[in-house]
Amino acid sequence: MKIHEYQAKAILAKYDVPVPRGEVAFTVDEAEAAAKKIGGSVVVKAQIHAGGRGKGGGVKVAKDATEAAEIARKILGMTLVTHQTGPEGRVVKRLLIEETLPIERELYLGIVLDRAQGKPVFMASAAGGMEIEEVASRSPELILKETIEPGYGLAAYQGRNLAFGMGIQAASVGSAVAAMSALVTAYNAFDASLAEINPFILTKDGKVYALDAKITLDDNALYRHKDLLELRDLNEEDPLEVEASRFSLNYIKLDGNIACMVNGAGLAMATMDIVKFAGGSPANFLDVGGGANAEQIKNAFRILLSDSGVKAVLINIFGGILRGDVLATGVVNAARELNIQVPIVVRMEGTNVEKGQEILKNSGFNFTVADGMRDAAEKVVRAAKGAAAA
Amino acid sequence: MSVLVDQNTRVLVQGFTGREASFHAQTAMDYGTKMVGGVTPGKGGQTHLGLPVFDTVAEAVKHTNANASVIFVPPPFAADAIMEAAEAGIPLVVCITEGIPTCDMVRAAAFLQGRKTRLIGPNCPGVISPGKCKIGIMPAHIHRQGNVGVVSRSGTLTYEAVGQLTKLGVGQSTCIGIGGDPIIGTTFVDAIQLFNADFDTHAIVMIGEIGGNAEETAAAYIAEHVKKPVVGFIAGQTAPPGRRMGHAGAIISGGSGKAEDKMRAMTAAGITVCATPADIGEKIKSRL
Repeated sequence: MKIHEYQAKAILAKYDVPVPRGEVAFTVDEAEAAAKKIGGSVVVKAQIHAGGRGKGGGVKVAKDATEAAEIARKILGMTLVTHQTGPEGRVVKRLLIEETLPIERELYLGIVLDRAQGKPVFMASAAGGMEIEEVASRSPELILKETIEPGYGLAAYQGRNLAFGMGIQAASVGSAVAAMSALVTAYNAFDASLAEINPFILTKDGKVYALDAKITLDDNALYRHKDLLELRDLNEEDPLEVEASRFSLNYIKLDGNIACMVNGAGLAMATMDIVKFAGGSPANFLDVGGGANAEQIKNAFRILLSDSGVKAVLINIFGGILRGDVLATGVVNAARELNIQVPIVVRMEGTNVEKGQEILKNSGFNFTVADGMRDAAEKVVRAAKGAAAA
Repeated sequence: MSVLVDQNTRVLVQGFTGREASFHAQTAMDYGTKMVGGVTPGKGGQTHLGLPVFDTVAEAVKHTNANASVIFVPPPFAADAIMEAAEAGIPLVVCITEGIPTCDMVRAAAFLQGRKTRLIGPNCPGVISPGKCKIGIMPAHIHRQGNVGVVSRSGTLTYEAVGQLTKLGVGQSTCIGIGGDPIIGTTFVDAIQLFNADFDTHAIVMIGEIGGNAEETAAAYIAEHVKKPVVGFIAGQTAPPGRRMGHAGAIISGGSGKAEDKMRAMTAAGITVCATPADIGEKIKSRL
């Protein structure tokens, strides 16, 4: 689960990672009040779940509260387009109003999971303020790494390796190490899967601050952080994906016109791939789960067909335990109940497949039965083209 | 022959009395797998599916001499179950559970270091040596005994590949689902090492997906050590970056973990890479 910058900073502050004084604002009035409270010049930062906000015009400095209100009026409600939002962008509904600080240097701190080691790794770089992927590809030697041993946190010597390695002057090393160690404590305590501070700044008077903060929480661990669930911002998610998540359906909206309903994540990805290979374009990723039952199939249909771009549906179920006739009955019932008009290509494997195919053929609906994935992909691409032409 | 499991494997079920575990334990027994008992804390002394139930894994091992365990324990307790099995000295632990917090797996993986236990999974369909032993949730009937080793990060996509092989009359020595999580026990390299050393495995199918770089590591290993034909497929060629595609580990992040990079590395290593999942069966048949 992604959370906003201001939410991440609140978490960090709790663990004594220094963050600038700031407040969240949902309205222009709140923005002005926050700026007045902070005093002096402030930064007005759009809060969306995507990076590149500054370049997109979502971060501006105001010299006082009046100007902060003016800027807030412009940014709130604007559609912010960054390299991470896609061309459709995101509507800004929240702002973070923060004090300005005299920046001396911009550094980078991050914690990610190193899959090969099976442990989190702390990354630090003197090249802060730019994207770490860019640093990694252009000058990987600028990225310093320390593995975090489970149960130990970041050892002080590791913190010093990183701090001196980034060229932090001796007087500030102590506070930098404390901040890094606190970041690791927060990462572990909140079951984060990613924590990134970019930039982590040194001020002209030698202090350190997390000027930006990005934290992603491990969805699998949310059950033990019930209080964090309220940080979820549904405005940042696709409405269809939100709806699908209510039924434990794994759905991701894409921009094609062939809807895919598949059991299993790997097979679902492979189905999208083969649709593309056959000359079509998948409208979504959808994993209905290993034991797709009638109710799940109906919910899945409803969500798939709420996407108005869908011209045809491909159902690809490798049953195994699930019986073909049961699946077919579920599909027919859902089609009847939802009055489905678009062509549907069904490919299924498992026991009682022939019986299932009979049920589909005799249903009176526009079903096409396919034999194998290639046949299914070719048939659904043809069906979608036919429907688009009609 | 086969790898990891055969007719002599004695299997214990952790989380034995649950609905899923009961169903899959029964189908495994029907298949001929030697199930020897199960563990459900608090239900020790009972009999379930005609087998003894124990409170702890240590006790179960003492009484049954189990040398493998399969875990169906719910996500909050699954990492603990892995550690309990390892501490009891079980050499092979297969964890089916999906949704274990990463932080828990970091600890369990560290716990396993230096111990003799091999972990398969978590978030995997399990392991099957057709005709001998099935540990997991895969449909047994799609398999056929033979000489192709299959290793995969996915469940149903593996069934797809196995189904194609069997339809073409190509049997399998062992099929290993290594799991779709970011932290897993047995890796592609581990599985391929086993298949490479197994005289009865003549060819290998390797099914990867986006996320991480385990496929690239395996490709480097194959280029250097493996003479047997390897056919590969990578799922997620059309997956958008930054989105988790169902599996916790299937995500392109920060420009790494892309399907095209994996396919390029695999091709360079001499692996026959399939453009679509529909070609896996044909391709392996042509290379046998």
